[in-house]
Amino acid sequence: MDATVSDRIKSDLSANDVVLFMKGSPVFPQCGFSAAVVQVLTHLGVKFKGIDILQDPSLRQGIKEFSNWPTIPQLYVKGEFVGGCDIVREMFESGELQTLLQDKGISVKAAAG
Amino acid sequence: MAMPAAEIERLIREALPDAKVTIDDLRGDGDHYAAHVVSASFKGKTRVQQHQMVYQALKGRMGNELHAMALQTSAPE
Repeated sequence: MDATVSDRIKSDLSANDVVLFMKGSPVFPQCGFSAAVVQVLTHLGVKFKGIDILQDPSLRQGIKEFSNWPTIPQLYVKGEFVGGCDIVREMFESGELQTLLQDKGISVKAAAG
Repeated sequence: MAMPAAEIERLIREALPDAKVTIDDLRGDGDHYAAHVVSASFKGKTRVQQHQMVYQALKGRMGNELHAMALQTSAPE
């Protein structure tokens, strides 16, 4: 992987507690899987930085190598790769995602019922 | 690009011989699947590691020929 791409990923991850590499923007996701993760994060009231990999082919490839993960979206919390859409959804449904975020000191809206 | 379910199952079994693989073709188009893989080799692994093992078994097809596959993994009870 290009060193500048890897540096860019690392600096995005260190500058933001929660980062979502996605297709499209949080407001206009370009893919259902990205939209699903945005929905979970929004529902939990978690502030995150969405990075649109469609804007940059080198980032699109680079992030897959960085995490050894073949698909987008990819969610990172405090620099650590949490998973793609399936894992995020599964963890949200079981409450593990909320616990993980809170353990990392990220405020989560109290889950309603 | 599409990929037949039987081929997905074959590749997963090749890497994880004990795996129980259940695949649903969600739209009947050979391109949108949901797979559930149960294997003893997942024991003690994180979800990310489990999914990485399946993606590894698919040898680069995930995200390429195989556009969309919802994945669920678990170790046998």
